[in-house]
Amino acid sequence: MLSYIIRRILSLIPVLIGVSIIVFLFIHMIPGDPVLAILGERATVENVERARHELGLDRPLWEQYFLYVNKIFHGDLGRSIRSNTPVSQEMATKFPATAELSIFAMIIALIVGLPAGIISAAKRNSIFDTTVMIGALIGVSMPIFWLGLMLAFLFSIFLKWLPFSGRLDSTIILPIQTNFLLLDSLLAGNWEAFKNSLAHLILPSLALSTIPMAIIARMTRSCLLEELGQDYIRTARAKGLKESSVLLRHALKNALLPVVTIIGLETGALLSGAILTETIFSWPGIGRWIYMAIQSRDYPIVQGATLLIALIYVLVNLLVDISYAFLDPRIRVQ
Amino acid sequence: MEELVTEIKKKEARYSFFRQAAKRLWDTRSARIGLFIVAFFVILAIVVPLAFPYDPKVDSNLAMKLKPPSWEHLFGTDQLGRDVLVRVVHGAPISLRVGLTAVAFGLLVGTFLGMIAGFFRGAIDSIIMRLMDIMLAFPATLLAIAIVAMRGPGLNNTMFAIGIVSVPGYARIARSAVLALQEREFVSAARAIGAKPMRVLFRHILPNGISPLVVQATLNLATAVLEAAALGFLGLGAQPPQPEWGAMLSDSYKFLTIGAWWPVLFPGLAIMLTVLGFNLLGDGLRDALDPRMIVKSRYF
Repeated sequence: MLSYIIRRILSLIPVLIGVSIIVFLFIHMIPGDPVLAILGERATVENVERARHELGLDRPLWEQYFLYVNKIFHGDLGRSIRSNTPVSQEMATKFPATAELSIFAMIIALIVGLPAGIISAAKRNSIFDTTVMIGALIGVSMPIFWLGLMLAFLFSIFLKWLPFSGRLDSTIILPIQTNFLLLDSLLAGNWEAFKNSLAHLILPSLALSTIPMAIIARMTRSCLLEELGQDYIRTARAKGLKESSVLLRHALKNALLPVVTIIGLETGALLSGAILTETIFSWPGIGRWIYMAIQSRDYPIVQGATLLIALIYVLVNLLVDISYAFLDPRIRVQ
Repeated sequence: MEELVTEIKKKEARYSFFRQAAKRLWDTRSARIGLFIVAFFVILAIVVPLAFPYDPKVDSNLAMKLKPPSWEHLFGTDQLGRDVLVRVVHGAPISLRVGLTAVAFGLLVGTFLGMIAGFFRGAIDSIIMRLMDIMLAFPATLLAIAIVAMRGPGLNNTMFAIGIVSVPGYARIARSAVLALQEREFVSAARAIGAKPMRVLFRHILPNGISPLVVQATLNLATAVLEAAALGFLGLGAQPPQPEWGAMLSDSYKFLTIGAWWPVLFPGLAIMLTVLGFNLLGDGLRDALDPRMIVKSRYF
């Protein structure tokens, strides 16, 4: 097991080097002179040269890359062009908001998607099954930013049940410790803040959860159906087990394996979906930060945030692979 | 004479394979619905610009701004008094063009790389597939957004970015198809009669491994339309006043707070229907062409 984990981690090294090269090359993808693109056409020659030197763009390409990697290892992702604060520092303040939103969205996706897939498989071709499958298909076909807007219109503007933007009403005062507001309000024992931040969380996380939810439901159903056709299920039924026990204790255990992989892959969809969702709901996380940086051509932020998301994506998939090996001994042997 | 007979037999076999697949496709209700939706948007995209030319630059009538749907304006009007229906309809060619170009680009480059990797193995295979792994380490939409953010907004960069992030998917499918087919007798036979590697690869292996690629391309059209809309919404894709669906949403969503839901609802519905059409068609094609191989390639 340990050797599997070590092999898996070692295989990540070339991928991570590749990721860092691609993100490093971003700045060179800017058409024309990147320094002029950053400072604007009216910048003075001295300013241009100074910026070029500060960004290291006056050195050979390979040297620039090694400098870049060296800085990353020291936690230095450069400085924001607009605010001049270190990118890593801004990132640390934005990240908990996105993590809270993504985790909550994944929980919703699992709570709804898993049972929906299981019931659909158990009652194959029933009205429930058809409804869930049509719903899932619509779910993967919907632009989430549009769904978010429609939810916001219905529940915050029209019905006025839930707030539209932000993480917490400005009237509520909450000491920030972890910047996970649900956790912070619990730590402070502030129920009003807890309810308020939960209300703010519902719409964006619902919008963000649709695609993973739909894919989890489809995947659970198809994997479960595949398992239900296996010999061991016939044996289980033949020895007189209840159908619910055949389904939940025998088939589901094996059917869940591919679903675990999907959860890993969908983390990527959640993190890129966060750019759209956070923009709509003014959620002060990494996604909205990337959006603002794109608008103001703050390239170091785009670079740093892309690197962060790719790293998280790679790490989550590493964890998924390792958990997969725990669940399925065959993987370890391969 | 014998050659002619084998040629005819070969044609018959191929004809019957595609005919059977087409029949299976037509017999699936969901695929049929998908086909109708896609056909509807394709016809719309071809006919409308020819029959009703539209110049977004001169289209504005502030006296009519943000009017709700009525008989005169079925989908209402937007913040510049433009008819939302007209703009939604004229958005179809843009979205389809972006989708088709991006998919064609990804399909060609990805298939070529995957086939070369699978056929020649060794160092070429390792280099190409490691590169693909690296690209897959980024969530696709994020990579597309980052590329366009760096290259600058616009439709050409959008098509390029969406195309390039789809390359690894095709490369993996093409590679595994080549690996599976390479051991088959018809490939050994082609080699035995002295066919050159490129001929074996493109004349013998490619036509037999094309089914999963076609399915992937159809499903990828759905993703490409969604990604193009997302980029348009973020202000990176088509630029105003072009009637691109994502850009239309981004222009008008600020007016939701004053109750104007129609300029947001209808472009979104158009995106959803188009994507749904391609998804239904892709799922149907997958079942009709080759049920087992493709399910795996889509999800893993």
